[in-house]
Amino acid sequence: MPKRTDIQKILVIGSGPIVIGQAAEFDYSGTQACQALREEGYYVILANSNPATIMTDNTVADKVYMEPLTEEFLTKIIRKEHPDAILPTLGGQTGLNLAMELVRKGVLEDHDVQLLGTAPESIQKAEDRELFRTLMHELNEPVPESEIVHTVDEAVDFANLIGYPLIVRPAYTLGGTGGGMCYNEQELREITHNGLVLSPVNQCLIERNIAGFKEIEYEVMRDHKDQAIVVCNMENIDPVGIHTGDSIVVAPSQTLSDREYHLLRNASLKIIRSLEIEGGCNVQLALDPYSFQYYVIEVNPRVSRSSALASKATGYPIAKIAAKIAVGYTLDEIINPITGKTYSMFEPALDYVVTKFPRFPFDKFTTGDRRLGTQMKATGEVMAIGRNLEESLLKGIRSLEMGTEELYLAKAEKLDEETLNKRLKRADDERIFLLAEALRRGYSVDQIFDITKIDRFFLNSLNKIIETEKTLIENKNDIAVLKEAKELGIADVQIARLWNVSIDEVYALRQKENVFPVYKMVDTCAAEFESETPYFYSTYETENESVVTDRKKILVLGSGPIRIGQGIEFDYATVHSVFAIKELGYEAIIMNNNPETVSTDFTISDKLYFEPLTLEDVMHVIELEKPEGVIVQFGGQTAINLAEGLERRGVKILGTGLEAIDRAEDRDKFEVLLDELHLLRPEGKAVPKLDQAIETANEIGYPVLVRPSYVIGGSRMEIVYSEKELENYLAKSDNIDSAHPILIDKYLTGMEAEVDAISDGETTIVPGIMEHIERAGVHSGDSMAVYPPQRLSEAVKEKCLDAAVKISKALKVKGLINIQFIIRGEDVYVLEVNPRASRTIPFLSKITGVTMANIATKCILGEKLANMGYETGILPEQDLVSVKIPVFSFEKLRSVDTILGPEMKSTGEAIGYDKTLEKALYKGLIASGLKVPQEGGVLLTVADKDKAEMLEVAERFHQLGFVLYATQGTAAYIREEGDIPVVEVGKVGLDEPNVLSIIEEGKVQFVVNTLNSGQKPRSDGFLIRRQAVEHGIACLTNLDTVNAIINVIDSTTFTAKPISQQKVTQ
Amino acid sequence: MRKRNLILEDGTVFEGHGFGSETVSRGEIVFNTSMTGYQEVITDPSYCGQFVTMTYPLIGNYGINRDDYETVTPFIHGLIVKQYSEQPSNFRNEETIDSFLKANNIPGISGIDTRKLTRIIRKHGTMKAAIVSAEEDTEKVIKELKNTEFSRDQVKQTSTSKPYVVPGRGRRVVLVDFGAKHGILRELTKRDCQITVVPYDYSAAEILRLRPDGVMLTNGPGDPKDVPEAIEMIKGILGKVPIFGICLGHQLLSLACGANTEKMKFGHRGANHPVKDLKNDKTYLTSQNHSYAVNPDSLENTGLELTQIAINDETVEGVKHITHPAFSVQYHPEASPGPEDTNYLFDEFLKLMDQQEKKQEVHINA
Repeated sequence: MPKRTDIQKILVIGSGPIVIGQAAEFDYSGTQACQALREEGYYVILANSNPATIMTDNTVADKVYMEPLTEEFLTKIIRKEHPDAILPTLGGQTGLNLAMELVRKGVLEDHDVQLLGTAPESIQKAEDRELFRTLMHELNEPVPESEIVHTVDEAVDFANLIGYPLIVRPAYTLGGTGGGMCYNEQELREITHNGLVLSPVNQCLIERNIAGFKEIEYEVMRDHKDQAIVVCNMENIDPVGIHTGDSIVVAPSQTLSDREYHLLRNASLKIIRSLEIEGGCNVQLALDPYSFQYYVIEVNPRVSRSSALASKATGYPIAKIAAKIAVGYTLDEIINPITGKTYSMFEPALDYVVTKFPRFPFDKFTTGDRRLGTQMKATGEVMAIGRNLEESLLKGIRSLEMGTEELYLAKAEKLDEETLNKRLKRADDERIFLLAEALRRGYSVDQIFDITKIDRFFLNSLNKIIETEKTLIENKNDIAVLKEAKELGIADVQIARLWNVSIDEVYALRQKENVFPVYKMVDTCAAEFESETPYFYSTYETENESVVTDRKKILVLGSGPIRIGQGIEFDYATVHSVFAIKELGYEAIIMNNNPETVSTDFTISDKLYFEPLTLEDVMHVIELEKPEGVIVQFGGQTAINLAEGLERRGVKILGTGLEAIDRAEDRDKFEVLLDELHLLRPEGKAVPKLDQAIETANEIGYPVLVRPSYVIGGSRMEIVYSEKELENYLAKSDNIDSAHPILIDKYLTGMEAEVDAISDGETTIVPGIMEHIERAGVHSGDSMAVYPPQRLSEAVKEKCLDAAVKISKALKVKGLINIQFIIRGEDVYVLEVNPRASRTIPFLSKITGVTMANIATKCILGEKLANMGYETGILPEQDLVSVKIPVFSFEKLRSVDTILGPEMKSTGEAIGYDKTLEKALYKGLIASGLKVPQEGGVLLTVADKDKAEMLEVAERFHQLGFVLYATQGTAAYIREEGDIPVVEVGKVGLDEPNVLSIIEEGKVQFVVNTLNSGQKPRSDGFLIRRQAVEHGIACLTNLDTVNAIINVIDSTTFTAKPISQQKVTQ
Repeated sequence: MRKRNLILEDGTVFEGHGFGSETVSRGEIVFNTSMTGYQEVITDPSYCGQFVTMTYPLIGNYGINRDDYETVTPFIHGLIVKQYSEQPSNFRNEETIDSFLKANNIPGISGIDTRKLTRIIRKHGTMKAAIVSAEEDTEKVIKELKNTEFSRDQVKQTSTSKPYVVPGRGRRVVLVDFGAKHGILRELTKRDCQITVVPYDYSAAEILRLRPDGVMLTNGPGDPKDVPEAIEMIKGILGKVPIFGICLGHQLLSLACGANTEKMKFGHRGANHPVKDLKNDKTYLTSQNHSYAVNPDSLENTGLELTQIAINDETVEGVKHITHPAFSVQYHPEASPGPEDTNYLFDEFLKLMDQQEKKQEVHINA
């Protein structure tokens, strides 16, 4: 059947800001869907509050609303645009929940809007635990014994009936938020309680634990003709018990016989048919390793993280096809875009092994609970493709950028046996390395299987790598062994370590012996049909399929997995750079390893190499393609870190030179630079050795900002108020790389501002200045940023521009540069310079209308800004006020302190824009998921240094009618200094009401908590902050943020005031 | 591991490592794109005389079990893989693929760039090949390959030599064994049929004497035109008894009705082939293994109508006789390996037998 002609305008709902469990994959699927719909001639309206995405570019949809994803705002959009239909299944759980709410509230019916794709009843059947279980019983498909509960006591009753261990799964939450495994009643009570609070329908499923079963996923598609296929199946290396988003996953399944494969395929297809899904769907199953017994765990009636992975793993563009199905096409009439000849009604045949590794944030959240369970904790993922499992696994590990390019963690060697065994059993983020360590220590595969229940097939594969390591050690410079090692995917870095030579020497030896990889195509059909997909991966075999053209080529390095500090913003910039390269007539080649992103969609670039981003892997592509040069400034720290090695090997880095990067990042050179340019900076020094730190800090005077150099997103950066605190900091810093010094700067309080500028070496333009709401001290990625600046004088703006121009010229910047300032009065201090794309590029590009990454790329390739019509200066300010609001995933990360500081903690961002700052802030806050209640209570508990400032906040809350609660010291201060009514509550552990109980009871809507200097983690403050997070209450740890929110409440509240007495005349 | 070479008729040499048997072997080289089901593939008699290249690079992961054989003794001449597993893992695993091939005197070769090989076959079509020791003189092997005519009696090799019965209480089906997969027997026994398996050269008279409710024409290896006796037999039973043909059986039915078959460039072998049922306009995923296909134009005036086609290249995948109770498909509804989406065809065969019985009752009563 052809496409529907009864609809013209389609509203697509995106997934909003990036949080753990809902990340860049929805940018990829959403972008693909919008493009597919436009291809068919539909008018596409997009709603998504995430400014960092490609999806919200106005080239992707006909109209883009970056408004909060709430029923209220969606209704407004629907009223204004009158769409004929709405497509909800491509915006993750957020989009789906929102669409369901619009259906429930009758909004769609009222405005005559049809829901495309799967019907609401089907979505409900899949999403609602009870309905789903009923359906499975009807279909005779087994589900683990379970009980749906609405209270903690019901959960305990069920547990008494069937025993422990059990799994708690809250209904309708992202990435299993709030769920967990319980081994006893106490844990069950705690987790169920949490889950009930977090579930929008106050519902949890308590389920029999089937840990140890194989976890298998099927990505299935169906059209309205009831034709259904499996795009890909995947097997988790980690058995059931660890969230699939946190599991290491291979595709296709490796240990299933044809019978098992089709047993589960039949079940998946039966389910998708009975649900009448029209589009993509994900079915998760558990299979007993010792029989054909299986259970259906979960069904996601929408495009998901797994479908993004399956798309990249197979080449089959699920979101695109799902969008076409939604508008009436059937699988047998949609051409498979990969072959261009065959139809989408087929099941891809892979001739390679795909591995997905989760990327965890524990390099940032060192105190976080690293154990893995049913709550997803990963912020991103990498995918690797190889012609054998070992190669695929090792490429995945290289792609992770966890500080090791091999299956080896030095610190694992130091673990005692008991700890090792314990950690193997109770899996955490480093388990793959611990498995390797156990094998190196001589554990047998059977022994490890007994501890971990990981299938022996995978353990044998790891063992093969370990055995080859041993062979390598014994056979230095043996070419046959070298070849064998390379075929298994072992990196030069590891060979160099084992042979005690440099990586350049290993590379030279391989050059001499011609041990180089070839590139194979991802073509969905295992070479059965001719394909022209420009999508390649490397392997050590004989035939190279990547045909090198005679065009001039530019290689762009992507930014790898999404992690805190390096998010989707860099993918946005990478994609735009690729577009600009193509515009200028070059062949654009991209290298990246993140399956969730738009940049790894093979339609974006002229050629995609899905590869790890290490020096070795990048050099291999360069040797083959011989590009004019490499662009590193859009791929975040990942790409920047490669620049030095590439230049050493004679590769041309395009745009701003390596020297500029060095001058900006090397402390001493940076000081010299600013002095030469007569620019102000906070006093500071680079200290090469730990023991000189205290002396330096004393010289500068406290408070000081300390951090290691060359880091992403302010890792390990702290504000230190005394010598004792500095000692504490240094004591924790033993693992800081001695090659890179520690930086100690005077901590200046003041307003923070930043600019992103574009320069061609002659002209420098500043599309906009952003002012931060929070004063200096909060990482720029965690601050709320405002454009245009509201508090900066013209003179200050001029000074910012002047600094940008001078620095760009001095560093010979070609491309982008980000500069952060501290503003004290009329003085402008330069805090930091990053001669590359920053995370504010997409935000700024969208609100100013300047496609910055595109223009910057043209500068990199030699175009002049003057010829594009620009002259040096700040571009005219826009009328609308826009704010960027950081979004955190704290509820998913237990034991992580929510306090904001110099170290970045946010996972994503939302935008709000409107005529006034308050309106923009309101929208931004709502879009970020915060509630802005107009009444209620507020708990104040602040450090002594903040008390005076707090008083003003207390007064304002009081004026707005909020009840004030405060801990002893804070309450006393409020009473004494402010004469405002305040309810004093006890500290943690004291009789109720205490600080925790009033949060628990819902008496307060805000918590204002600031940190006493030198406070230890796990203090009362920490417990208060976690309590707030776990109860979904805004915990504000910075008084600037508090004031901004009060402004918002103030401007949206009408307070009751009597009119002044009128004089009666007459 | 022994170094061995895979040599193609066109002169391409692949260096690899031998596993399984050490014998020198020749065969027609084909590729299969199934990602699971290597045991079923290796033991499918339709591959008689062929070298099977598995495009999925890891083969043998779950070992060889006692259940999933499609025949008792395998007939392939060689197995070509990128990598085979020496340590399989699955609860049904009995032995490695290496030991299985050794026991059955079949050579395997690993370490092959199977993707390159597949691309060669895709481009140049199936061809003759040999697996030999690395020391062998390549030129000599190529010359020998060029001069060798492979035997054309694969059906005889794979068919049963004597009839036997698989008892059941339901419909009486005569299954003409052209190299039948166990899967076909399994699907019929699952439906309570009593099956009489007869050799490929059983005559029409011999079959009709068994008074069957239906005749199953099975899959089998090679060129259908090499089995003229079967074509004659089918002519003799057509219209007298319901017929269901699968794969070679489908080609033989078509030939018996006067259609023609021809060799394909590299055939269809895999578990992901979409086939459209022209009646209900629905497409199904099918398991396929065929080098020959019925020429669509030749169906004209044969009494056969085209019922199913492969959507990607429009190969004839199913036909049905307009007047007689006979239908056939080119693919494998019994799956094993592959998707079971078209399993319902066996039910249709049973329905056809029921209808035929009713018709005859009406006929007798009238």
